[in-house]
Amino acid sequence: MAEGNKFEAKKQDRGWLQIDGDECKGCGLCIEACPPKVIAMSEELNHYGYRTAIYAGAGCTGCGVCFMVCPEPGAITVFRAVVQRAEGSSRANARVEEAISCASN
Amino acid sequence: MSSEVVQEYAVAQGRAKSFYTRYERKDELQRQTHYCPGCGHGVVHKMLARAIDELGVQDRTILVGPVGCSVFTYYYFDVGNIQAAHGRAPAVATAMKRSRPESIVISYQGDGDLSAIGTAEILHAANRGENISVIFVNNAIYSMTGGQAAPTTLIGQKSTTTPEGRRAATEGYPLHVSELLATLEAPVYIERVALGDNKQIAQATRAIRRAVENQARGLGFSLVEVLSPCPTIWKMNPVEAQHWVRDVMEKTFPLGVFRDHTREAAPRPAPPPAPALDEIPRLLGVAEQDLPANHGRALARDKQIDLQVRIAGFGGQGVLLIGEVLAEAGLDAGLEVSWLPSYGPEMRSGTSNCHVRLSSQPVDSPLVAVPSVLVAMNEPSLRKFDLTVRRGGWVIYNGDAFPADCMREGVHVLALPFTRLADELGDPRVSNMVMLGALLEIDGVLPQASVDAALRRLVKNPRWIALDERALARGRELFKESLRQEGAEAMGGGMK
Repeated sequence: MAEGNKFEAKKQDRGWLQIDGDECKGCGLCIEACPPKVIAMSEELNHYGYRTAIYAGAGCTGCGVCFMVCPEPGAITVFRAVVQRAEGSSRANARVEEAISCASN
Repeated sequence: MSSEVVQEYAVAQGRAKSFYTRYERKDELQRQTHYCPGCGHGVVHKMLARAIDELGVQDRTILVGPVGCSVFTYYYFDVGNIQAAHGRAPAVATAMKRSRPESIVISYQGDGDLSAIGTAEILHAANRGENISVIFVNNAIYSMTGGQAAPTTLIGQKSTTTPEGRRAATEGYPLHVSELLATLEAPVYIERVALGDNKQIAQATRAIRRAVENQARGLGFSLVEVLSPCPTIWKMNPVEAQHWVRDVMEKTFPLGVFRDHTREAAPRPAPPPAPALDEIPRLLGVAEQDLPANHGRALARDKQIDLQVRIAGFGGQGVLLIGEVLAEAGLDAGLEVSWLPSYGPEMRSGTSNCHVRLSSQPVDSPLVAVPSVLVAMNEPSLRKFDLTVRRGGWVIYNGDAFPADCMREGVHVLALPFTRLADELGDPRVSNMVMLGALLEIDGVLPQASVDAALRRLVKNPRWIALDERALARGRELFKESLRQEGAEAMGGGMK
């Protein structure tokens, strides 16, 4: 997976989701688990005949709960915002650590 | 906040490095696991992969897969993989850990595998405190085979084999594996977790990591039991199944830590390394210098030999030893040999017999159904095997007189009171060697040097070797004498 994804500054969500439509089997556990309720089930069927989870496109907090309840190894990838200070000191790693510990509590 | 100018996104949660990105499964399905939607196995797999990643042990992890739905762990985990026979994963894991102590060995098992057919293996691995991690995925039913009751099936739970629901009176109570193993002294860490909701899943993630970490720290046996949903067999949708774990299963299988000695446990000393392969002959006393010297390599090449011997008697008469000496001498002479003992459970006074084959060709079967020589050390053995001896073959019988009704045309007989003759040599117990001496003389293929070498390998006590050698020589003599007598009688007969 890519190291990080740059977004326009207008995107202010703390998190962002990517769902692999080939891997998802549409069990719906992530939809149930998502605290801000930003995941829905697709109307269309995928290549294998499953409806799949889809990200609403906004509102993700990057908590990672959906990833943890998902039974598929790589169906969900959770991105979390890394705030870079103007001074340039990157806190990327610290933030990822924080996100993991947050999600697992 | 004014100084935060650029927002960038980094992966917080994604596919663990310990998973393959493509699975070497059937063509279409290389991007998907074989698990049903909502299966707990996928979730546990992810926890395990994450623990392996976080602890940095991927390149030294060996995952032992079970029989059950999770049989295909090797498709998914990019680690060393072994697939064990049903229930035997802890035994296989024990062997792996002991022979490769530096590796992280994880036994991944379901409840049908671990708590039914594999009960003995898990119990003893835990009792030995093997330094392995066991992930026990409990969904209270046999799922792969279509939903039969397991030892863990809940009271009242319907399955194909308990259509009215499990009843304690007929099927017993659900087996509480974690509690059971926590009665043992050796285990270091035993916890039951569940996949019933977000919080439980987070706790399960921590528990699985601890189980692997304990091993990395060398502490000993860890087991994490995971209550896991099976939507397909439970006939629920994935969300209902998840709730059923939390609301129903957990009542029978309470969550919690049943054993935690991780603080006080000192790292277990590594077991002494197994001896190197080339050291083993020396340890067993069969090193090259102890082995016989092959006195008869040449002999095997130019002669067609197929000696089939049956030796029978009471246990304790040395029946099996005759066979061993014969086979060992054959080996020394460069022949193909087999020795097959057959005896009752008694060490003394039961009946005992053995099959020996010596051949210049590879031996097709170690069974000797039609012997060319029968050595009968008593009358019951004679009566049992007499009729099997082939025409032109020999019967060597230990007794004063050969029973007249056992006489058969075309079968040679040497009947002598071998026990008494052995007693005259100094010990009645060497009657077997006297009979062997006679047998060697009949056949005449084995060089004396090979027989001596065999005797020295099998008989450790020098006092007995000397006596055995005299007994063998006496046997050879007795056979030659009997031939001379026969010849004289035949001659006498001709004179009449």
